[in-house]
Amino acid sequence: MQRSSTAPPRAVSRQMRWSNLQRRWAPYVFVSPFFILFLVFGLYPTLFSLYMSFQSWSQTDGWGHWKFVGLENYSFTLTDPMFWRAMYNTVWLGVVSGLPQHLLAIPLAFVIHMGLSRFKTFTSAVYFLPYITSTVAIALIFNTLFSTQKGVINQTLAYLNTLPLFGWFLPDENINWFLNSTIKWGIALVVIWKYTGWNTLLYLSAIQAIPRELYEAASVDGATRWQQFRFVTLPLLRPMMFFAVSLTIIGNMQLFEEPFVLLNGGASSATQGGQTVAMYMFRTAFEWLEMGTAASIAWLLFAFIAVLTIINNLAFGRAAQGRGD
Amino acid sequence: MKKIAVVLLAALALGGMVLAQKKVITVGVFPNLDDAIKAQLPGFNKLYPNIEVKLVTLQYADHHNALTTALATGQGLHDVEAIEIGFVGRFAEGQGFEDLNKPPYNADLYKKLFTPYTIAQATSADGRFIAMPVDIGPGTFYYRKDILDKAGVNPSSMMTWNGYIEAGKKIKAMDKNIFLIANAADVAWINIFASVGAGEGYYFDKSGKVIVDSPRFVRAFELAKQIRDAGLDAKIGAWTNEWYDGFKKGTVATQFSGAWLQGHLQNWMAPETKGLWRVQQLPEGLYGSWGGSFYGIPSASKNKAEAWTLIKYLTTNRASQIAAFKAIGAFPALLSAQTDPVFEEGVDFLGGQKARVLWREAARKIKPVEANKYDRIANEIISTALSQVLDEGKDIKAALAEAKALIERRMR
Repeated sequence: MQRSSTAPPRAVSRQMRWSNLQRRWAPYVFVSPFFILFLVFGLYPTLFSLYMSFQSWSQTDGWGHWKFVGLENYSFTLTDPMFWRAMYNTVWLGVVSGLPQHLLAIPLAFVIHMGLSRFKTFTSAVYFLPYITSTVAIALIFNTLFSTQKGVINQTLAYLNTLPLFGWFLPDENINWFLNSTIKWGIALVVIWKYTGWNTLLYLSAIQAIPRELYEAASVDGATRWQQFRFVTLPLLRPMMFFAVSLTIIGNMQLFEEPFVLLNGGASSATQGGQTVAMYMFRTAFEWLEMGTAASIAWLLFAFIAVLTIINNLAFGRAAQGRGD
Repeated sequence: MKKIAVVLLAALALGGMVLAQKKVITVGVFPNLDDAIKAQLPGFNKLYPNIEVKLVTLQYADHHNALTTALATGQGLHDVEAIEIGFVGRFAEGQGFEDLNKPPYNADLYKKLFTPYTIAQATSADGRFIAMPVDIGPGTFYYRKDILDKAGVNPSSMMTWNGYIEAGKKIKAMDKNIFLIANAADVAWINIFASVGAGEGYYFDKSGKVIVDSPRFVRAFELAKQIRDAGLDAKIGAWTNEWYDGFKKGTVATQFSGAWLQGHLQNWMAPETKGLWRVQQLPEGLYGSWGGSFYGIPSASKNKAEAWTLIKYLTTNRASQIAAFKAIGAFPALLSAQTDPVFEEGVDFLGGQKARVLWREAARKIKPVEANKYDRIANEIISTALSQVLDEGKDIKAALAEAKALIERRMR
């Protein structure tokens, strides 16, 4: 009897304890997948690469067979002509392929917004398509387009050359796009082609957020289309410009896929003329098996991107925030 | 009914026992070496019914990348790993593969069975032998007989480099759209690869010193530059659509490559040019290796005995090597397999020429080359220097001196 009288409260308290436990821990259980994945695939590799940048390790020696070398990897990389050449390529590509993306995307977004009321979605989707196309397919197509003798690009240039106006600044011979001196132009072309649509979409969404009344007020004041673009759209796009340029800086400094596939993974004889720091890092790690040196390149690149982002922030960030509000 | 059930049960139990005894080993391999091994396996299964072999095939680059990562972590390695010539040097310098010189392998017993230069390729600087050669790629000289005939060039006149360049000029005079070779750089490479001195590596001497400014390299660069300056090459990179197109349309008259290129030309690059090609030995008595594959056992493998049994069968069994040769046309590394009657047969694609006899002779004359762990980076630096000389008109001596400095600072 005694037992049966004490049993129910005990059961209740057990149940309560369980529900308390649930209440207390369930949220942590629910958010844990992110943290577990982040720890395994985000934090751990990051810290490991920092540790690795002070070691010398060839992967074929097996796990754990590394040797502490202090700052040797960093001093080697900082005095490495191949690293600096890759750095030059990266910055060159960053500017030459980065600027046109925005110079094309902003007017394009404006035109799509103003002029194409019915085909707006379709047109922006078409411009976005290159962004989601597989890089391998892009490489196949552009390798054919860039072909020296029969490529469409050279054929077009040859045709333009016969016209009076273009004749005097275009070369008379077919351009070999796979030379150390020319490959960067080819890579820049692919990058511009691929990412302009993405930026157009960003700017289009920002333009759509601009209140219609502003344009109406401007046109009442007698502003032309160009004046509306110059004095209404552009100033109000500043926050988005800051955001889009930041993305371009970070993306272009880490540029990897496009040069990698166009240079045949490093097998092309124009590799030195076109490879970016990210590609050089990858090849140092997996082709020449210098994991420690590759880790030091990664951290130097990280530092460089951080500095660029801070400069961008100082130059445009505050202005963008001020005007944006 | 009961009886049947008992018999069935007994059969199941027996089957289970057989299955339990059967060892499964895995082989990591890339195309089209997987086709070769598939042709070899029926014979192996007959001899060793208790070993079941599973193939894991990845594309060439993916296979070697995955292998590198697996060696780094010691995880996911197969019992037998195929290694292509471009990678065997760096895997030899690492510690991830079994040294086959040691017991229980005692590979010393088998070394004399193989084309001699392959042994050095799979041997590390400190003398460990990490993989057994399965096929080889003797370097050879392809030419289009129909084009040379039309231009009035005797193929044997191309057996000196001067004669080769003269032939190119004749071809160009006949038809300005037909080039002597796809890329002048190939002439430089075949000279670099095929004129290595005894005991030397491609880029390093016996003591590991960089020798890329030696006369061997200067001469190779000069020849390539002469060809480029005379406008005799099509400036096409290898393994591009234009390259295949050149072979197909007959705008390229000669090519230096491994014996295996014939298989590629015949099967997919330019099958319509059947009967138009011929081969001869390289000019000026050069003999060089251009490709090859190996099998090694990772130290992390748990079935080393069975893995070794399989490798021995794949590499030292004559019938199995011939089966592989018939499957993919890769030249066997095993000397005794090279005496099979099939080698005396004419090759249809080469107009019935007995090319395999010629390649066998070349294979026996190729000298061993010392592998160095910096070979790949040196290759890249020399390739850049060559491109600077050919494409940008840089001075040869200056380019090679710069390349030497770049390689030296990489060795640390």
